[in-house]
Amino acid sequence: MLEGMTSLNSPAERFNEETLIRRVREGEHELFYELIRPYERRVYSAALSILRNEADAEDAAQEAMLKAFKHIRQFRAEARFSTWLIQITVNEARMWRRRQHAHLVEPIVDHEDAEGNYIPRDFADWREVPSETLERKEIRDKLAEALESLGHIYREVFVLRDMQHLSIDETAKTLGISTASVKTRLLRARLMLRDLLAPGLGGTWSTRLHFAKGTKPW
Amino acid sequence: MVVNCEHVWREISNYLEGDIEPGLQRAMEEHIRGCKRCTAVLDGTRNVVQLYGDERMFEVPLGFSHRLQRRLEENMPSTRRGFLGWMVAAAAAVLVAGSFELGRSSVFSHPELRSEHAQPGTGVPPDMMVVVSTGGKTFHAAGCPFIHDKAHIQTIAAREALREGYAPCVRCMKQYLRASLNRRSGEFESAAHASGSEEDSIEQEASISNTTRIGD
Repeated sequence: MLEGMTSLNSPAERFNEETLIRRVREGEHELFYELIRPYERRVYSAALSILRNEADAEDAAQEAMLKAFKHIRQFRAEARFSTWLIQITVNEARMWRRRQHAHLVEPIVDHEDAEGNYIPRDFADWREVPSETLERKEIRDKLAEALESLGHIYREVFVLRDMQHLSIDETAKTLGISTASVKTRLLRARLMLRDLLAPGLGGTWSTRLHFAKGTKPW
Repeated sequence: MVVNCEHVWREISNYLEGDIEPGLQRAMEEHIRGCKRCTAVLDGTRNVVQLYGDERMFEVPLGFSHRLQRRLEENMPSTRRGFLGWMVAAAAAVLVAGSFELGRSSVFSHPELRSEHAQPGTGVPPDMMVVVSTGGKTFHAAGCPFIHDKAHIQTIAAREALREGYAPCVRCMKQYLRASLNRRSGEFESAAHASGSEEDSIEQEASISNTTRIGD
């Protein structure tokens, strides 16, 4: 199971965060960056996963943080601050995508929310994940490449749930879809990524992934 | 309950989430133990979740933090300072005031006066606008009847007039000459500094009040 995947900040960190939020609301605006600093990488990553362009992702992330600052009084303490930031970022990035690519036609796979069963196509054995795997940049690049090749409806759900650690409900609310759709898309995203990565990371090859860029095996 | 491979694949994501009925969970585990393909799918899917869930997957471009910070600063309204902020502001104000004092004292200490008989004066507000004539030796308040050569007058800041070697008019600027006439030059310097400090402290107070209002 996935225990610990949605771990919160420590109580001390949360206390510090609540204090910072209160002080920013009371007018110490210069503390806002201190407040968002722990999440800036996650915020950028969320924007990048949606926009797939570094420059656009950076602009959208900056814009999202400005909006978070302007609306910080609307943040409710019952939610996690990081989740709130990610939700604002996702909304901002989706708006950018609509604005900038309104004239483009999305790939058909992005429009279909397949409810049918997904059949795994590769059964390579992939039991071990060496802890140092992610230290290698080429591995991180291959993971990013695989993620990028997913249709955006799968990518968004996967990023929010498995990378940003939002709950199923939070993911559904952020994307404006049902929890059933979140679960369906999440299943397919995970299985598609496994099919892409298992042959390489499972050990039959170790230095180079052999799926061709731009091709989808499903 | 007995499940087949397709059933396992369909539920494998919910299984990892811990979001299935206990009966189905037991049945899946029993099937997976005896099925090499489902074991491979389960292991691989779990690895995907673990790898992508790692913080090391989040990379930002070089300089991202700096640019974000700058963008925020550029777009934030003026801030109400905390204690530390006030300390920094106060220190800056002291430095600025000190610079003015230094500048002012150097002006008064070493004016190359156009008239060797004139008194340099003291405590003249550096930003006060005064009137001088091109060939004259003194500076005046506007409208002073003792301005000479009225065809060639110009209005400049007192700071500039002093730098040019003009001395205060003994009639319209006499309040700035009184100290220098009655005191020795050393005493005069002290008086000039004290007078300037008082002005500056009033200006600082006004500036701080203004900032507080903006922050509120």
